[in-house]
Amino acid sequence: MTLAEILASLFPEGHAVTVADGLISGEGPFERGRLRVIGVDGDTPLGVEGALDLAGHVLDAVRAGDQAPILVAVDSDSQRMSRRDELLGLNECLAHLAKALLLADRRGHPTVGLLYGHSAAGAFIATALATRVLAALPGADPSVMDLPSVARVTKLPLDKLQEMAKSTPVFAPGLDNMLATGAVHAVLDPHKPLAPQIRDLIAALPERDERDRLGQERGGRPVAQAVAESVAQAVAGRVRGG
Amino acid sequence: MAGPDRDRLSWYEASARQRLDALLDPGSFTEALGPEERRMSPHLPLFDLPRAFDDGIVVGTGQLNGKPVYIAAQEGRFMGGAFGEVHGGKLVGLLRAAVEGKPAAVLILLDTGGVRLQEANAGETAIAETMRAIAEVRAAGVPVVGLIGGRAGCFGGGGLIAGTCSRLAVSEGGRISVSGPEVIETNKGAEEFDSKDRALVWRTMGGKHRRLIGGADAFCDDTVSSFRTAALTLIADAPAFDLATLDAEQARLRKRIERFGECRDGTEVWAKLGVNDPDAVPAMDTRVFDETVARVEEAVHDAR
Repeated sequence: MTLAEILASLFPEGHAVTVADGLISGEGPFERGRLRVIGVDGDTPLGVEGALDLAGHVLDAVRAGDQAPILVAVDSDSQRMSRRDELLGLNECLAHLAKALLLADRRGHPTVGLLYGHSAAGAFIATALATRVLAALPGADPSVMDLPSVARVTKLPLDKLQEMAKSTPVFAPGLDNMLATGAVHAVLDPHKPLAPQIRDLIAALPERDERDRLGQERGGRPVAQAVAESVAQAVAGRVRGG
Repeated sequence: MAGPDRDRLSWYEASARQRLDALLDPGSFTEALGPEERRMSPHLPLFDLPRAFDDGIVVGTGQLNGKPVYIAAQEGRFMGGAFGEVHGGKLVGLLRAAVEGKPAAVLILLDTGGVRLQEANAGETAIAETMRAIAEVRAAGVPVVGLIGGRAGCFGGGGLIAGTCSRLAVSEGGRISVSGPEVIETNKGAEEFDSKDRALVWRTMGGKHRRLIGGADAFCDDTVSSFRTAALTLIADAPAFDLATLDAEQARLRKRIERFGECRDGTEVWAKLGVNDPDAVPAMDTRVFDETVARVEEAVHDAR
């Protein structure tokens, strides 16, 4: 789905969501209140200015204090790769955006990611992956790194990697694999109105971070949850034992 | 103490275990899910790669100046300290435990190239889980302090984790960025970034640059004792995780881009910051550098 189609399906009565320089912001009527929308459109790389612009919208929402849900719609490139962005502290700007979303969540704004195109690496972590629950539309194409680059770094032949990717979701790009790791919570149905689907996601927001449990259930991340629990139990037992 | 002398042990040269043992009060560290349990990566054999019994990260509890802390140390010499499934799960578990356990602080000794590509999706997701957990730990009133000065630096998702911490200490050798020099060069060409130009790397993402612009909160000598002193200071002075802090960070980062957005090089940024002799910065020792930092307004803030 295109962003325009998504917005039309989310807001059948119209909306005030706009895109400027690949950055999405605005809101529309939703349920008995409103749904704020931020995000990245058109495979745009996320740099220092974009990250701060989006974070500013999120902090405005927190300041408004209405606990309206925030949708983070993403069809981005990776982080903008440049000397200037790193000189200016891109790591701080992307982390700041993620923190703004995490704060909004803590302050009662349901945060929902909606991946409808590409996203990768730092841009993915700072946007879609910083929401309480991440949904995707068919055709979404998340990745950490494309297979030719993985081949270069791992020094494995591309055809071997492509063969491995068929049976091993843990390293290969693509929506199915990110679903299997638990990073993507659910895939929405583009043939049905999106507003009720988003509403249902918000009604059933997971209390805790459930991504490792989902990854274990779905087989894409077989051991992460057990490892985290082992560590947490060992440490907690020690505290209780004095 | 029986362990290595923390005044002389080089942070950069030390292993994760050496750093951690020398950083904490002697004999106070207790590891969780240690190497004897052999929780190794289930994925690396697929790539015919050797595994580590601890998957390149050491986590547990200890004491710092008599106070209880939770601590994690990445081993930059195993797979570049990168986040795999087990590696990430250990850090996430430690942080989640800190929400209830409420130690005096969580210390993360970051030494990482980012995501381990052989386990890319698991590593990327673990980084997102780590950031969520850090926000929860901070919101529970527990400072999370990052210490960066290792061989692998702090790149990729590691850079985002660093930016999520309450406070950061960094040494000359520590580098913090999202895209590493090789990644920028591979994608955008050597004209954009010549990754072999080590001086350029340090001026763009090195410890002194990060400290001067406020991207880190303490600058350390390359010794474990210097990092220990910094950790104690930073724990006592950690910003809250709330709207006021993030509003202040928004203003701080906006101002930075307004002031330095046209700069091409670290030395231009430092000149605008009011550093008298920017070209002298790379060679400054810690004492002279700290005096320089003390005159820079941007370096001291509660906005992280």
